[in-house]
Amino acid sequence: MPIQSVNDFVVRFANVNGSGSASANEMFARAVLRMGIPVAPRNIFPSNIQGLPTWYEVRISEAGHLGARGGTDLLVAMNPQTWDKDVATIEPGGYLLYDSTKPLPASKFRDDISVIGVPLTEICNREYSEPRQRQLFKNIIYVGALSALLDIDVAAIEQLIGEQYKGKEKLLQPNIHALHLGRDWALANLTCPLGIRLKRADAVKDRIFVEGNAAAALGAVYGGATVCAWYPITPSSSLADAFTRHCARLRVDPETKKSKYAIIQAEDELASIGVVIGAAWNGARAFTATSGPGISLMQEFLGLAYFAEIPSVVFDVQRAGPSTGMPTRTQQCDVLSCAYASHGDTKHILLFPEDPAEAFEFGAQAFDLADRLQTPIFVMLDLDIGMNHRLCRPFKWDDARKYDRGKVMTAADLDAGKEFGRYLDVDSDGIPYRTYPGTHPSKGSFFTRGTSRDRYARYTEEGAPYADNMQRLLRKFETAKDLVPRPLLAQAPKPTRYGVIYYGSTSPAMDEAIDLIEARGQPVDRLRIRAFPFHSSVSSFIAEHDFVFVVEQNRDAQLRSLIVNECSIDPVRLVPILHYDGTPITARHIAGAVGDHLDKLKVRPLRKVMS
Amino acid sequence: MTYVVKPQFHHPALPKNELGYTHRDYEGSISTLCAGCGHDSISATLIEACFELSIAPHRVAKLSGIGCSSKTPTYFLGNSHGFNSVHGRMPSVLTGANLANRDLIYLGVSGDGDSASIGFGQFAHALRRGVNMVYIVENNGVYGLTKGQFSATADRGSKSKRGVTNNDNSIDLVAMALQLGATFVARSFSGDKTQLLPIIKAAIEHQGAAFIDVISPCVAFNNHAGSTKSFDYVREHNEAVNRLDVITGRAPIKIDYAPGSVQIVEQHDGTKLVLRKLDSDYDVHDRVAAMTFLQTHAAKGQIVTGLLYVDSEPEDLHHHLNTVDAALNTLSEKELCPGSAALEKINASLR
Repeated sequence: MPIQSVNDFVVRFANVNGSGSASANEMFARAVLRMGIPVAPRNIFPSNIQGLPTWYEVRISEAGHLGARGGTDLLVAMNPQTWDKDVATIEPGGYLLYDSTKPLPASKFRDDISVIGVPLTEICNREYSEPRQRQLFKNIIYVGALSALLDIDVAAIEQLIGEQYKGKEKLLQPNIHALHLGRDWALANLTCPLGIRLKRADAVKDRIFVEGNAAAALGAVYGGATVCAWYPITPSSSLADAFTRHCARLRVDPETKKSKYAIIQAEDELASIGVVIGAAWNGARAFTATSGPGISLMQEFLGLAYFAEIPSVVFDVQRAGPSTGMPTRTQQCDVLSCAYASHGDTKHILLFPEDPAEAFEFGAQAFDLADRLQTPIFVMLDLDIGMNHRLCRPFKWDDARKYDRGKVMTAADLDAGKEFGRYLDVDSDGIPYRTYPGTHPSKGSFFTRGTSRDRYARYTEEGAPYADNMQRLLRKFETAKDLVPRPLLAQAPKPTRYGVIYYGSTSPAMDEAIDLIEARGQPVDRLRIRAFPFHSSVSSFIAEHDFVFVVEQNRDAQLRSLIVNECSIDPVRLVPILHYDGTPITARHIAGAVGDHLDKLKVRPLRKVMS
Repeated sequence: MTYVVKPQFHHPALPKNELGYTHRDYEGSISTLCAGCGHDSISATLIEACFELSIAPHRVAKLSGIGCSSKTPTYFLGNSHGFNSVHGRMPSVLTGANLANRDLIYLGVSGDGDSASIGFGQFAHALRRGVNMVYIVENNGVYGLTKGQFSATADRGSKSKRGVTNNDNSIDLVAMALQLGATFVARSFSGDKTQLLPIIKAAIEHQGAAFIDVISPCVAFNNHAGSTKSFDYVREHNEAVNRLDVITGRAPIKIDYAPGSVQIVEQHDGTKLVLRKLDSDYDVHDRVAAMTFLQTHAAKGQIVTGLLYVDSEPEDLHHHLNTVDAALNTLSEKELCPGSAALEKINASLR
């Protein structure tokens, strides 16, 4: 029985990298969105420019589930290399759209799916003589065929083509033409629409559709970053690219045409973080964008920034490690390497945005936190939210908001006789005052170093001042707990002894999973951690539940380790739920793993066993 | 040693500069380097250069990496902010500082291990970018703080204090700086203050990437027979191409040298450099000729010193990036934040 579903299915495009499919596939996703139906697209791409397999998965969900679902309802099979594996992913009753120009043996298909052949190459060859045109328009032609098969509003696609080729009229008409070639062929030769189809809805509302990297970069613009130093690395390069683009539009002085920003593509990640530290030391807001390997390279400098107390912002768009790992696959695997980055006793502040909206908010807030706490701030994105378009609430900015530049002593303060000691804890919050270089001719200068010093920044190797300083840094970390974004609690409809902790890009899968878990009659309270150091509510949440699941996208349960270590929790009470094959975590995975554990726990509750 | 407080008293009749400062106002704390270290002479020369140029001490930012040379910024310009960063990474930190505030004078102090070994990449890229700075390498060919290992500038065939011969080729940072596009390149000797002082002054006035390699013998580990960075060796093999005087501002130039041996170089800001040429054929504006001259003399075992190359119209990193005239660290939310109206437009474009 073919799958029947309106506004709730998964379409997967299997393409060859570099064939121009990306823009056609994105147009498909946007067209669905324009019909008021939420979509969650995901690019599954190789570390390659041309020739290797690439996939684009579009989850269509009127209910608004934006996590990866797993499985495929409709496969658009455009890559012979991956045909067999792709066809195997189709759900029973699903659909397969393929290029039927060349006949394929029956063994290449499955009996339990509906096979739809469209002679794409034939249509192209009849219509176009240039090889490049034949390749590019083939993509638009299958979008045209899909518009008929899925009942997509063709006007919405035409409008999107119009927007994309605005000012390039030469390309506009041929694209519209290609769209209709596919659509007309399907309408004339196939039964349209399929059992899975779209129907205009009003479920998108005022939400926006944007990549997390672009959103974080915009956050940096709004947060007042003026210096960006970076080194190209997937999946973070598009963050620096987006900052460059945003700045060119938003940060050029209209009169002088000069730039109110400086962007350096550095020679490596060491230089990137060095530039950031130098600029921040000198009173500018500065950041770098990188991924795991870059974090590894920056370790020494990060220790300096911690110890010398230099505000600095690092966007870490995580990918699968260790070493080069899987550069184009997602994970949350840098939690520990960032939290404890560098040699010696160090602890850093991490922010975990769940989507582009929070990437924007935390992207801006990171600069206030860095200045307030005079320490590195890590904004922990990952490939899943960084490089994919995600539907999220619109960006907001309060025009009354002022930048918090933290404790900076000015020339007037110094002249007024305020005592200045760079590492003097005047307010008992562990945060000292600083001065920018060049503030005053005779007062307030100090020497910044990674070696030990006393409260007045004078070099010392004596034990007592060293320990005094290390203790103050801990006090500062305590202060941070109440300044960073708080965890968000979502209580189950019924009281429960079980809880779940999750963070970052796991959010949509978790939200969907909770419905599945509750459907099994197992209520679970949820706590979404949004920052490290952990707010006291994390410890209380764990204390209030017998068992807490910690859902993460890494092998070693890194956040769980951090909780055990920092909150002194008995590890037995924190059950790891892990997903780390490089694909985004799914609701099915979480619900299955949590449900299985709960079933086991029901049999032998540990409290009874122990008592 | 933790720190020693330097006595503040001084002779009441000490000469004052245009800003009313004495040279004592440009000093730092007491050096903890070995007695007789060449680096201390360089610090003293830096103090004198800033004093003579009447630079307000707080308008200088001094940055360094790690090593003996990198310790020296503590020993001069006590009223300037200083930053003793990470080994080999001063150039990136200085680049960032310079981007944040283009109005200060940036003094980068490094050593041969710091710049030619661990930090060779950062040395190269900061010069390539044309960061407006004075980059001084206090070059002794040896690791002092870790007790006498060769650095990458140690000449092939030279002997360490323990009698080990260096088999690796040496890196000539001056040759590298010329190739990498530094717009002011000089070499001097810590034992020749007459030559070094005007070079430092000219480098400070230069509005681009100025590089000075200062051979600075290590009295503890590299001042023995067989070393090519010892006081004796450098004095014997020094081949100065010119002697330099710097005339700041628009003071009239008095030339009392023999015609034909004097070249006046006017810099962009009006500073005039008066070069007494010792080699009549040497053209200070010819980068390629400078490289050839350097290599030819190096092959003869001679150490060429003096101002080797200067671009009178340098372009710096801020010029390349077309940054605003105001220092970036002075811009507030008013100049930097596009505000909610712009954000609404962005939201609309994302639907």
